Amino acid sequence: MSENTLIRGPEQVAPAVPPDPAAGGVVSVAVSEPTQAGAADVRSGERHPEGERVRRFGPLEAAGPFLRRPGFVLAALFVVFVLVSGLLPGLFTSYDPTATAPAEKLRGPSLDHLFGTDELGRDLFSRVLHGSTLTIKATGGAVLIAVVVGLALGVVAGFLGGWIDSLLMRTVDVALALPLLLLALAIVTALGFGTLPVAIAVSVGIMPGFARTTRAEVFRVKGQAYVEAARTGGASWIRVMWRHILPNSWGPVMVLAILDFGTAVLSISSLSFLGFGAAPPAAEWGTLISGGRNYLITSPWLSLLPGLFVALVVFSLNHVARTLEEVQR
Amino acid sequence: MKAQYGLDEPVLTQYFGRLWDALHLDFGMSLTQNVPVSRLVVDRLPSTIVLTLVSVGLFLVFGIGLAYLASYVQWRPARLLLSRLPAVGISLPTFFVGLLLIQLFAFSLGWFPARGTSGWRSVVLPGVTLAIPGSAMLAQVLIKSLGDTWQEPYIVTAKAKGLSRWAIQLRHAFRNGALPALTLLGVLVGHTVTNAVVVETVFSRSGLGQLAQQAVLSQDVPVVQAIIVIAAVIFVAVNLIVDLLYSFLDPRVAHTARVT
Amino acid sequence: MSAGAGANIVELSGLSVGYRRRGRTTLAVDSLDLAIASGETVAVVGESGSGKTTTANAILGLLPANGQITAGSIRVAGTDITAAGERTLRAIRGTVVGLVPQDPMVGLNPTMRIGGQVAESVRRRGVDKRLVPAEVVEVLERAGLDNPVLRARQYPHELSGGMRQRVLIAIALAGHPRLIVADEPTSALDVTVQRTILDHLGRLVTETGTSLLIITHDLGVAADRADRVIVMQNGRVVERGDPESILLASSDPYTRHLIEVAPALSHSGHVVPRFTEVDPAPEILRLEAVSKDFRLPRTSGGDRVFRALEDVTLSVRAGQTLGLVGESGSGKTTALRIAMGLDKPTSGRVLLDGKDITSAGWSELRPLRRRFQLVHQNPYSSLDPRFSVEESIAEPLVSFRVGNRASRSARVRELLDQVALPVDFRERRPSELSGGQRQRVAIARALALGPELVFLDEPVSALDVSVQDQILGLLTGLQRELGVSYFFISHDLAVVAQLSHEVAVLRRGRVVESGSTAAVFAAPEQEHTRELLGAIPGQRFAAALAAAPRPEGIRSEPDGIPAGSEELRS
Repeated sequence: MSENTLIRGPEQVAPAVPPDPAAGGVVSVAVSEPTQAGAADVRSGERHPEGERVRRFGPLEAAGPFLRRPGFVLAALFVVFVLVSGLLPGLFTSYDPTATAPAEKLRGPSLDHLFGTDELGRDLFSRVLHGSTLTIKATGGAVLIAVVVGLALGVVAGFLGGWIDSLLMRTVDVALALPLLLLALAIVTALGFGTLPVAIAVSVGIMPGFARTTRAEVFRVKGQAYVEAARTGGASWIRVMWRHILPNSWGPVMVLAILDFGTAVLSISSLSFLGFGAAPPAAEWGTLISGGRNYLITSPWLSLLPGLFVALVVFSLNHVARTLEEVQR
Repeated sequence: MKAQYGLDEPVLTQYFGRLWDALHLDFGMSLTQNVPVSRLVVDRLPSTIVLTLVSVGLFLVFGIGLAYLASYVQWRPARLLLSRLPAVGISLPTFFVGLLLIQLFAFSLGWFPARGTSGWRSVVLPGVTLAIPGSAMLAQVLIKSLGDTWQEPYIVTAKAKGLSRWAIQLRHAFRNGALPALTLLGVLVGHTVTNAVVVETVFSRSGLGQLAQQAVLSQDVPVVQAIIVIAAVIFVAVNLIVDLLYSFLDPRVAHTARVT
Repeated sequence: MSAGAGANIVELSGLSVGYRRRGRTTLAVDSLDLAIASGETVAVVGESGSGKTTTANAILGLLPANGQITAGSIRVAGTDITAAGERTLRAIRGTVVGLVPQDPMVGLNPTMRIGGQVAESVRRRGVDKRLVPAEVVEVLERAGLDNPVLRARQYPHELSGGMRQRVLIAIALAGHPRLIVADEPTSALDVTVQRTILDHLGRLVTETGTSLLIITHDLGVAADRADRVIVMQNGRVVERGDPESILLASSDPYTRHLIEVAPALSHSGHVVPRFTEVDPAPEILRLEAVSKDFRLPRTSGGDRVFRALEDVTLSVRAGQTLGLVGESGSGKTTALRIAMGLDKPTSGRVLLDGKDITSAGWSELRPLRRRFQLVHQNPYSSLDPRFSVEESIAEPLVSFRVGNRASRSARVRELLDQVALPVDFRERRPSELSGGQRQRVAIARALALGPELVFLDEPVSALDVSVQDQILGLLTGLQRELGVSYFFISHDLAVVAQLSHEVAVLRRGRVVESGSTAAVFAAPEQEHTRELLGAIPGQRFAAALAAAPRPEGIRSEPDGIPAGSEELRS
């Protein structure tokens, strides 16, 4: 379910360790002089043998780290395929997902029917691709809501600091500690079944992670010397926000957004597996898998192939996100 | 009808009345099955507790073991394989893993029952299924933080003492590397508890999770409420334990500077 | 080499070490010969990239995964460890070669008691279990820690930086090694702490007959402490010899350059202020009886207040420099932040051109910001990584809506010229610049609005000594050209002497001494000032140096340096 929201940068996982009462004990806590330790670090550039090497980047070199990873290219292509097939399923399959053919029922996977056929003889591959449409809509909606709200909360908290920050972040922490599925159960009970309630439930579940990450990044960048330099150079806070803080904190937030697409796909298919999704005959991925359970002994592909498909989608999204994260570093 | 459920009273009174009742473990009557919610819950609770305990135990063993190995092994291919494993585990939908295990170990091999709540055999497959996301998440965070810890300057100090890699991992790297993962533990346990909803549905186990699924499907609000309250209590308890554990493991929290 | 194996603990012959990156190997150390005899203290000196730390790591077998020995051999205590496995290396580490690492703040395991960490070293000698605790206490005491029984039970975060460095020395000593490698052992510490620790380490080494290899960027430290000095540049040895001959009669141009640019060494081992005669000038900035309290985190004893500054009065004169010196925790950064209006004082006044700006808010201060600007300590974090050089320099102009695109671009060119950077640097990002070049960009940005006063927050402490000299030269030149005033804070008295007309020494929030730089340096009145001056490394041969004829005569004027010839190669 909420796997991905849990795997966050060290910033989020790391607990609030009180500042180290370093040299001079209490004194250094209060005064926070820039230590000479930092200076020594920079000076002894030998730890990084190419410390002072000067590099120039062109657009081709920027794409290089990605193209050099075949796994990333494959994963990205698969994600694109799922996206396109979800929006235009007719491109990849000629079967009508609702057309029954009793003579063809429960056929195993073959070249004609890539994923086989179900108990009514419907082509399963076509049903999966058409199911993508609903799942993609729900996922997109959930992540969009979460990004917009989480970003806003995170920026406000990180930027303003003080008691507003404390208030917002304590609230977010509580929400963060609640498992996504539990929140979703409560929300679905309150709002009823269907794609929209499920999307809202999932977005509420992943939003706290966004708020936290955004806030951590904004906070980090805000403390950078170049922000202070811009301020002492007379720049207004709006300019600093727009020109320095947002561009420099965007990276990890984007990685989390992609990771959360994976989380959302998992959660949404879990919820529809439990029967809380769109009503039949519309079939989301989870509904298909749930329906196939009854034929698990005789026709295991009915559940397992759509399940594998979902797993691949989530894995690809995660892989794309993690590659982006590595390259950013 | 309205009077029976107290719906004729003002909303606030209703709310605080319910809250008061919930604190006394009185969640009212189930709307679909004509029995008190507390009875339903008490009947179902033990099997869910067993399942959760088994899978928490399993994910701790798997997760820590995997991370320990991945950061200790030096042979590159094995190290790479071990460190990529969590990414796969995290991507697998719980219901898919459950169905796959049923197909393999129940239908094909016949080692374990595919469904039901009776006997220790029945808890193996759901336990493993439920443990997979937890172990994958734990291992992922641990591998990263152990990797970071091995880059710390105090590891160089330890190496320069002439300690073996084993001793360094055990005494210096592991405890420091485990600290970031520790805060995750509370979340993971909570996560495992709620994931029981899916796993119990897949394996048709009669537990709280299954009860929750059925209650949501039939809009049986009092039952859903009761389950959410119980789950919330568990999270608070687990997070409290984790906080205590943290201050025990990190001297910087417990020990304040006495002398400077 | 078998004949020398008995006498020499370490023998490096023709050693080359390279780092692999993306299939290419770059040499960090190139055919190095070095032998350290029993009981000898050797110092390896070099700037960043010289290969000095790589050398130290190679001796301990602690090269990073991508480092490899490409030629030559390393013998430690008679054993060839050039291609030795982990097991052989482990047998040597700790018991034959001990390490005192670079930064004491991060060199100790934060979750393990001091005693346990020292005990690991003691046990390496196979000491009987029951005797270990006693030995731990003894070695802590020998390393100069007071109350060693208590220290053994404490965790690293409960100790100050200097104490942690002593613990690290204790760890190195506890294995009874024949050689201790000290890698920049005190660079992260205050000079006075640095001196006591190095003194102590030197005594211990002499008492026990251990050899010592000091790795340092500071030729002064090397000369003060070592029997032999080896100067490295870009992985090669450029000069070796006893410290006296290196300081007094170096034959190598690079070594001579290092001596010349080091403020503490260039004037015969004495710190000599640059400005000896100072014309009176009107005050531009004045801090009057400023105090600043910080509230500490609540403890059981209720609110505690920490007084960071107490009754501090400072003044900066037009076209001149005030140097504010102090060790870490002395309050110099707080003073700077108050002077800039970033923090408000608890009591006292801040006057700019006689106008009280103490309680001015951001919007009242904003027009004044055009008149005073800041240059940060660390050029690696003071430039936005996404901004080009031109964008960074022009930012204050944009913020104050000065001119149009064309005039701003022209101003950027003019400024680049003033800080001696080529005009075609405009499009570069900070990641494509060296540290010195970044600091030049930061200076150009601070000058963009034509301020009367520039605040310099340790502007050269993150830079190599030769780059440091160029930046100091640039700052002096700019002051003469533009008549700008500097408020300069630093922990380094030698650097302050290069830039300041007047100096104030800060200690624990109080000004202990102030006056014209010439007067303070020539006849310090306060004990603390004398202590600071005495702790500046490189004074071992001060008397001899003063007597010796200067090889180059008076050094050339620094502002004539063409654009930092050294660092502009890229």
